[in-house]
Amino acid sequence: MDVSQYLEIFIDETKEHLQSLNEQLLVIEKEPENTDTINEIFRAAHSLKGMAGTMGYKRMQKLTHQMENVFSEIRNGAKKVDANIVDVLFQCLDALEEYLACIQETADEGDNDNEPILKQLETILNGSAPKAQTEASKETAKEPQKAEAEEAKEKYKDFVYADFEKHAIAEAFEKGINVYTITVFVDENCLLKAARAFLVFKSVEGVGEIIKSNPSAQDIEDEKFEFDFSICVVSKEPLEAVLSVIKNVSEIADAIGEKLESVPGDGKTEEGENKESRPAEDEKKPAAAAAAKAAPAKSQTSKPIVNRSVRVDIEKLDVLMNLVSELIIAKNGLVSQSSSEEVSQSQAFNEQIEYLERVTTNLHESVMKVRMMPIETVTQKFPRMIRDLSKKLNKKMELYMTGEDTELDRTVIDEIGDPLMHLLRNSADHGLESAEIRARRGKPEVGTVCLDAYQDGNNVVIEVRDDGNGIDVEAVKNKALDKGSITPEQAAAMSDKEIIDLLFKPSFSTAKVVSDISGRGVGLDVVKTKIEALGGDIEVKTELGVGSTFIIRLPLTLAIIQALMVELGDEKYAISLGSIQIIEDIPVSDIKYVQTKEVVNLRGSVIPIIRLDEVLDIESSNEEETLTVVIVKKGDRLAGLVVDKLIGQQEIVIKSLGKYISNSKIINGATILGDGEVALILDVNTLL
Amino acid sequence: MDNTLKIESTIEEKQYIVVNIGVEQYGIDIGYVDNIVRMQKITRVPKSQKYFHGVINLRGEIIPVMSLRKRFGLEGDTFTDKTRIIILKPEQQEPIGIIVDVVKEVVTLGSEEIDKVPSDGRDDIAKYICGVGKNNGGLISILNIGNVIGDNQQ
Repeated sequence: MDVSQYLEIFIDETKEHLQSLNEQLLVIEKEPENTDTINEIFRAAHSLKGMAGTMGYKRMQKLTHQMENVFSEIRNGAKKVDANIVDVLFQCLDALEEYLACIQETADEGDNDNEPILKQLETILNGSAPKAQTEASKETAKEPQKAEAEEAKEKYKDFVYADFEKHAIAEAFEKGINVYTITVFVDENCLLKAARAFLVFKSVEGVGEIIKSNPSAQDIEDEKFEFDFSICVVSKEPLEAVLSVIKNVSEIADAIGEKLESVPGDGKTEEGENKESRPAEDEKKPAAAAAAKAAPAKSQTSKPIVNRSVRVDIEKLDVLMNLVSELIIAKNGLVSQSSSEEVSQSQAFNEQIEYLERVTTNLHESVMKVRMMPIETVTQKFPRMIRDLSKKLNKKMELYMTGEDTELDRTVIDEIGDPLMHLLRNSADHGLESAEIRARRGKPEVGTVCLDAYQDGNNVVIEVRDDGNGIDVEAVKNKALDKGSITPEQAAAMSDKEIIDLLFKPSFSTAKVVSDISGRGVGLDVVKTKIEALGGDIEVKTELGVGSTFIIRLPLTLAIIQALMVELGDEKYAISLGSIQIIEDIPVSDIKYVQTKEVVNLRGSVIPIIRLDEVLDIESSNEEETLTVVIVKKGDRLAGLVVDKLIGQQEIVIKSLGKYISNSKIINGATILGDGEVALILDVNTLL
Repeated sequence: MDNTLKIESTIEEKQYIVVNIGVEQYGIDIGYVDNIVRMQKITRVPKSQKYFHGVINLRGEIIPVMSLRKRFGLEGDTFTDKTRIIILKPEQQEPIGIIVDVVKEVVTLGSEEIDKVPSDGRDDIAKYICGVGKNNGGLISILNIGNVIGDNQQ
């Protein structure tokens, strides 16, 4: 069977299931008795097995099958969750991820059999085998599959009957016709299960009438079943005759069934629902169509609508985004034309221009939204990582995450994972102290690592915080002196903040500085480079003995922003509207000096003044009495930027200045104005 | 360099755009040239390298523009109506513009007509030149584009 067309879906869905398994295992490690979670795990493992089997990945199937057996033992209460089981199961997940990575690259699962893990699983299973056997049957089943089969064989009892089906059964009884419920087992090596099932249906129809099947006929046709399915048959023939007809179909391993003595009542239905509540719900709709005529139903409409989404290649979105950018530039051109021309324009023209502006703005927003993804896609693997680190480092720690639904541009999401992982590892390894030191400092035994994401204006802020040791500024300073990266005179003049910033310099290994735990260099410089490449920045707040916080600030959008255009001398600059707090006219006389720096006291807060003309080397002859000051903010810090003139708000397309020009990052791009002129975009974050 | 040896090696012919900077003639391998545009408004980029004039908008693309005069350490540019911006597009790199005083002509030079540059006192410029071509009695300094646009001054 050609399954290559399903490969992508398989990979995506497997990823989802693995992720959900990871999460649920973490839950169950803490609450071993949580039955909901156990059921959830069982379902995920079961689907994984089915999917791997369908795609013909035998090794994956084998492994998931064993996992499923373990979960089923747990679900039956035959086995209790303990640390050992969870560890082995996590290993399983890792192995499955390896398979998946392999499949992703080569479409083949590779040839790692993962024997040790299988052995471990078997040991777990055998440990509980006696119990399971006594419950299940007298068969001396060593193979765990059998145990599962025993349980599964009663599947025909799980039928949930809809009213009209009950009616049909009752009618059959009235006529004195027998009603059987039968479970059919397809050979596990069977490749075309749906075809076999179809033959079973066909041959049963020769001797009777199928009034119901589980899974539904539609699902069976789509191969949405494991190696067995159950049917309810109305027939004049004895049960054995029906069963033998079924068994005559090749590749059918077995068929068992019993005669219904009475119309199934509500009590039984409830019983069934407890066990199979989900399939039962799904069934009611398709079954209505399917049961009437038992042969595989033709109706496509009965397919459940699961997901109304379309997968789109990110490159196509990039093209779309570029087109939107060009459209906005063209629109800006039109706007500037219309405003520069004389009074002769008609009102209708202006209205159309305004309409066009609204449409392009909405268009841009929609395209941006399509590109946005919740940061969750990156952070969801962190709890597992922290758990592993906790075991490896032998430190107790807990990860708390908030704001996982904060959305970021897809390109940022793709890149931000590694830096965040670096920082979390950092916190776990170098930040948190050992249990003894924590006890001595009167801190709770379990260390805390927090990851908080939230939106702040046009930025998304991600904070990685720990309640560990914090950064020892003196140690960093001494280290820098040792390495000769700074001179003693420089060291004396540097503020704590400047010294901490040294950590982000390349070749500055923090390993020995901040903690005694030796380890690889942490590569904070790599983190910084990456984040800056994304147009963001990173800073640290730390208090020795209390903890440190790494604050990452990323632009919400990479391409188009609303900006305030300002004039300095005869040059035009754009300031991102998201970082602007307020615009003030401030009399020169209000400017005070603190440590020879200009500040202004504005409604109780002291705000430093930045003369943009000096920063940007503009010759300005502005000697007016009142300054136009744009108050910008970065986090909780404010600053006032002095400009000559305000031009107005405009939607601008950010274009890179390219690699040739290197400046001190105060310019983070350029934009093309309506008249074709180029204006530069000021990076407020680096100005502050 | 042994001249006889040079002639024996395979002779390649290449086209060069001849430009004037001051009184000297320079040649640019036509393979690098994407476009030649008239002088237009250049937006200054503060805090950039001294030899960069700024950026221009070329059909919706932002292109950095450098002044060859400043790159060579000559006195500042005076723009006339003959001043042109040559847009270079080296392989695998972003386009970049260079300002020249005059664009004169296109010449074809065989590799035998180009001598290795004499390494005399003018070291500053020497690294931007990869040879001197002879054409109709005039000398054309062939620009080493890689070094001109590379960031290797300091």
